Amino acid sequence: MMDAALIFAFGCFSLALVLNLWRLVVGPDRATRILALDTMTIDVIALVVLYGLHIRSQIFFEVSLIIAMVGFVSTVAYCRYVLRGNVIE
Amino acid sequence: MIDPLELVVSICLVLSGIFGLVGSYGMVRLRDVMQQLHAPTKATTLGVGGALLASMIHFGLQEGQFTFHELLITLFLFLTAPVSAQFIAKVHMVGKLRRGDLPKPGTEGEWSIFAPPPEAGESGKAGQTRGGGKTRGVTTNPGA
Repeated sequence: MMDAALIFAFGCFSLALVLNLWRLVVGPDRATRILALDTMTIDVIALVVLYGLHIRSQIFFEVSLIIAMVGFVSTVAYCRYVLRGNVIE
Repeated sequence: MIDPLELVVSICLVLSGIFGLVGSYGMVRLRDVMQQLHAPTKATTLGVGGALLASMIHFGLQEGQFTFHELLITLFLFLTAPVSAQFIAKVHMVGKLRRGDLPKPGTEGEWSIFAPPPEAGESGKAGQTRGGGKTRGVTTNPGA
């Protein structure tokens, strides 16, 4: 039963990634594109965690933690670049 | 026979998938950036939290390797989602809003998105410190 639920969650997050990609390509605004990139990062974290559940291994938690940190820093850096024209003043 | 722990893990997984999908569907469906901000920052974060909860329950209670790694990731995501949402809202306001669109702030001065960057306001100070650094570099260079 857990395998069926895992496949369902895999499908949901993959579809979410595709929708985010559509918004990233189409999105008329810079803020929308930054938001789409941020959401894609969070979806990838979920996919990594689900893959770790799938192969019954705990080795992927560091991966997801690092992706979370890098995703947050990149979002903030992109926003600072748009706001100030410079990342570190 | 259905294991109740496996049932709990499966429910968490299905809920997390639904929440993640709703977050991205909301971002496609809604029109304005201020509306689109609501979907991913809340629903997708909850979806990831559900996946991490399922992983923690599965590894902790079914395989006997109980750790708090997942809670760490959940805490980090729940802390950073509002910060990035506020930054993205600021980017939207800088790009789209003009001075007349916002009411006056209650205090002295201006909204921070319309105020000039701090370098322009304190150009004298910034120039002094930067010049000091430069002269220091010049004086140390011949010595080296």
